Amino acid sequence: MNIVVCIKQIIDPETPMSQFAIDPRTKRQAPGNNPLVISPYDANALEVAIKLKEKQGAKVTAVSVGGATTTTALRSALSMGADEAILVNDPLLAGSDQRGIAHALANTIRKAGTYDLILTGCESGDWADRAVPAFLAEELGIGYVGYVTRIEVRDEQVVVRRVVEDGYELIEAKIPFLAAISSDETNTARYAKLRDIMTAAKKTIPVWKSADLGLDPERIGSGAAKVAITDVYIPVKESRCEMIEGNTPEEKAANLAVRLRELKLI
Amino acid sequence: MPGILILATTKDGRLSRDTWELLTGARRLKEKLAEPVAAALLGTEVGAYVPLLFAHGADKVYRAEHPLLEGYQGDAYTLALHQVCERAQPTVVLLPGDVMGRELGPRLAYRLQAAFVGEFIDFDLDQASGRLQFTRQTYGGKAMAVVQPRVNSVVATAKLRTLEPAAQEEGRTGEEIRVDVALEASQLKTRLIGKVQEEATGINLGDAKIVVSGGRGVHGPEGFKVLEELAQVLKGAVGASRAATDAGWVPPSWQIGQTGRNVSPELYLAFGISGATQHVAGISGSKTIVAVNTDPAAPIFKVAQLGIVEDWKAVATAMIERCKELTRA
Repeated sequence: MNIVVCIKQIIDPETPMSQFAIDPRTKRQAPGNNPLVISPYDANALEVAIKLKEKQGAKVTAVSVGGATTTTALRSALSMGADEAILVNDPLLAGSDQRGIAHALANTIRKAGTYDLILTGCESGDWADRAVPAFLAEELGIGYVGYVTRIEVRDEQVVVRRVVEDGYELIEAKIPFLAAISSDETNTARYAKLRDIMTAAKKTIPVWKSADLGLDPERIGSGAAKVAITDVYIPVKESRCEMIEGNTPEEKAANLAVRLRELKLI
Repeated sequence: MPGILILATTKDGRLSRDTWELLTGARRLKEKLAEPVAAALLGTEVGAYVPLLFAHGADKVYRAEHPLLEGYQGDAYTLALHQVCERAQPTVVLLPGDVMGRELGPRLAYRLQAAFVGEFIDFDLDQASGRLQFTRQTYGGKAMAVVQPRVNSVVATAKLRTLEPAAQEEGRTGEEIRVDVALEASQLKTRLIGKVQEEATGINLGDAKIVVSGGRGVHGPEGFKVLEELAQVLKGAVGASRAATDAGWVPPSWQIGQTGRNVSPELYLAFGISGATQHVAGISGSKTIVAVNTDPAAPIFKVAQLGIVEDWKAVATAMIERCKELTRA
């Protein structure tokens, strides 16, 4: 079984508000001294892939579209247990919309060989418009389900558990198939062992360009984007919190209950 | 004929609150774009809902009935909605920002060669260019982004519990258009084989007037039993932050925040929740937020209207007793 995991490197989304700034020129988060990480749900997707590999054997390939720094994210994926990693790095891709990125990923996956399962995170930790997984499934013409937390492989089929508003569903899908992964207690990303980090450091990560992938120039880059980001700003929030006092927790709770009653909230 | 098309959805045999929120958005867009509002109604037998859609602001209803449209299935809904769009030729398609819409929206946008905007909270016409533009949260709710479609059609998902539900107007009517959708079972690549409900109090989080929620500070599944009891007493629903669902203390479907549910209760009670922006993004529609946390510097106090610096459990336990007395009184 061949599993491809698509990952994105982003500035740590846990960056505290005090360290968060928008670069007025690029209209994107200013990197500052904040660490770069694998987008959180993409790390859950890697974990799902590696667990499947451990359970029944699989080749796991991590792919990413990004700049030179993205090699670090791919190396983390290798040290977690991915077998191979591919970086797509081409200035022609800068400013691509979801369609452009999905086009690049689809051609990368095709060029890399046969595939049974493609996993992505259900949303990126930075932009989070949740479009690339669906666009990628459309590009490849394969089945797609989002918000998957667990995957079981049965012959030529997979059964996935998908989180929905009031519980979860079990969905059966034919291979090849794309699942966008959400998190639960079974797919928390593992920490790599030192030995695996050393082994991963020795692996070669090929860098593919638009020409290697036969990308359609009409579909990539900012000129092809169907959406333009015209502004990004930090909103001004004003709120005042009324603190409920009391000598004991019971007194505070009682005072809160009274206050909520006054406000006709309970 | 251009227009604004929303996808109407049902829940427990009634049109959903999401539908009314989308109609509010569509009616506001109608004022700006001077284009009619249409609703797509997919299912097996959906005729009874048509007059209600007219009454809430739809000028047209595209009714598509097919045995394969019983309940949401991604491939069937994408194919059917695409066929409705080919008939209706909308300039804007609005879908709910739920598990279904987040899947369906980009797939439809891809097939229509339309722009896609995920989870808008507002929209307007750009003063300089007159172009339609959407505002959405980004960077885990830390920032806002303004995005402009560069093509003439756009598919957008609305962040739920942001728009007010549309009001009903008596005597309002419209045009019903039947669409015979072509669908084959062989076109469906996935199949639903099971479903498990996980709502704690039987009250849906998205519709609850009161939400009792817990986070990392609740320290385990036992703590959530206390919160469930409080929710029972208050006739509310129970939710959680990602820290609690990722730890497996409560099911992932309880997650409130950017990834999970958006809620807009009258009262949101946050116990042991620090207030990461990704969580706050899902509760911003709440009328009153109450935070209980031992750390006075926790960011949750920046968004709460009422706060208690205290151990969450002592307060929650005392509140159960106090609220029982109050509701008896």
